[in-house]
Amino acid sequence: MQTSKRIAAIALALLAGAGLSVIAQAKPVKITLPEETATFKPGTNRDVVMNNCTACHSSDYIQTQPRGPKFKKDFWTAEVNKMIKVYGAPIDDADIGKIVDYLTENY
Amino acid sequence: MLDRRRLLAGTAATAATFGAGSLLSPIHALAETITLPFENGERPMVKYPQKRPMILQTSRPPQLETPFSVYNEGIITPNDAFFVRYHLADIPLEIDPDKFSVEVKGKVDKPLKLSLADIKKMPSVEIVAVTQCSGNSRGFSTPRVAGGQSGNGAMGNARWKGVPLKTVLDKAGVQAGAKQVVFNGMDGPVSDKTPDFAKALDLDHARDGEVMLAYAMNGENLPMLNGFPLRLVVPGYYGTYWVKHLNEITVIDSVYDNFWMKTAYRIPDNDCNCVEPGTAPKATIPINRFTVRSFITNVRDGAKVKAGETRLRGIAFDGGKGIKEVVVSTDGGKTWLPTKLGKNLGNYSFREWQATVKLPAGNHELKVRATSNDGKTQPMEALWNPAGYLRNVVETVRVTAA
Repeated sequence: MQTSKRIAAIALALLAGAGLSVIAQAKPVKITLPEETATFKPGTNRDVVMNNCTACHSSDYIQTQPRGPKFKKDFWTAEVNKMIKVYGAPIDDADIGKIVDYLTENY
Repeated sequence: MLDRRRLLAGTAATAATFGAGSLLSPIHALAETITLPFENGERPMVKYPQKRPMILQTSRPPQLETPFSVYNEGIITPNDAFFVRYHLADIPLEIDPDKFSVEVKGKVDKPLKLSLADIKKMPSVEIVAVTQCSGNSRGFSTPRVAGGQSGNGAMGNARWKGVPLKTVLDKAGVQAGAKQVVFNGMDGPVSDKTPDFAKALDLDHARDGEVMLAYAMNGENLPMLNGFPLRLVVPGYYGTYWVKHLNEITVIDSVYDNFWMKTAYRIPDNDCNCVEPGTAPKATIPINRFTVRSFITNVRDGAKVKAGETRLRGIAFDGGKGIKEVVVSTDGGKTWLPTKLGKNLGNYSFREWQATVKLPAGNHELKVRATSNDGKTQPMEALWNPAGYLRNVVETVRVTAA
């Protein structure tokens, strides 16, 4: 009894939902994302990092990575190489070392 | 850290779009950060359009994690608390559903271009199913690995409504020799040198009648950030296959080998899909079904509870066999007690469980372990793989009773 009432309630809710979605469907949906608040830490070659990295992603991609001795130069070298080789980041050879040094020093 | 004006602006935009004000004060949202229980785990709580304040993993492209307390609100995850994960930053922010269409092409007799209205006219189906990010819980991986550092909140359970992919494929007429179906959405890379995000399923899987093109989630349109107006639903499979803003379905006669299938989202090809921590697997396969998991949702780690009887409650799920049993331990796993399973919403859904346990004064290690209908259960020690996928160790909640 209770179950069948609940099913009926769900069915009604779904019907109501379907009705609403038909109405909403006519309307374009537009959202505005909150502005980015995360920033790169101050440090040498921060400008090089800003120029090369921020076109594709925000700085919190770096900020949230694990920390510690295993996440220093080798880790950041691998990450920067992945960005170039896998994701096609157009980073000049001359900038690679500067980016790795900045990331190793500051994160 | 957070700019108040920006948060206010975000809230105003949401209110304008939906005609309903947020009950949460933006100032309340402003001050909040949350610290996930691993090193470097502090994250801001930020309100995005159509969402309540969520754990901000990354802002561009957006990755939002569900605060864990949401899973104690009920076994259906509300749309406004459902996690968000994009790969590439060129995401759609404005879509006119009347102009939206999805193409069905490739090795088919009759290529189709279906409007949303065309799809909504087809007989619909509904399924309650969990989607979970492959990288859910990656932040707990030991040793730590690179990638999105999620806590346990990159999962959600919703009632999806749409049309079976099979219906659409049959309408187009899949040709002999077809092997896979490729799914592409409107989100794409900023640079044309970056591989576009697209995923593939084997043809038999794509035609199993369960894989669905969904236009509704919990009785409403999909939130924009969850794939409005149409997304793929692949019950039991990790979220990477649930392509959002789906507008291209291509039947191919080969095995799709883009970066997102061939290189990324791979797991070790062995019985445990795991390797010795810190080592690399010999061979890999694409990630596929969820491992079985369970959580206590009503008691937080480090909580103080009243000595005596305590009610425990939580959720369990697996990759589609359904949950057979959930047991709990109050002594760190030495002995196990049965729990009572809640209403069954289908094998792909979260399953609620409840138990009443006695906790004398002192410290206790609560553990929960689920077993699926095919006999699979959770390991006591975490298994490891290089990408930090498939985490399903028996979870522990430490409490003090007084």
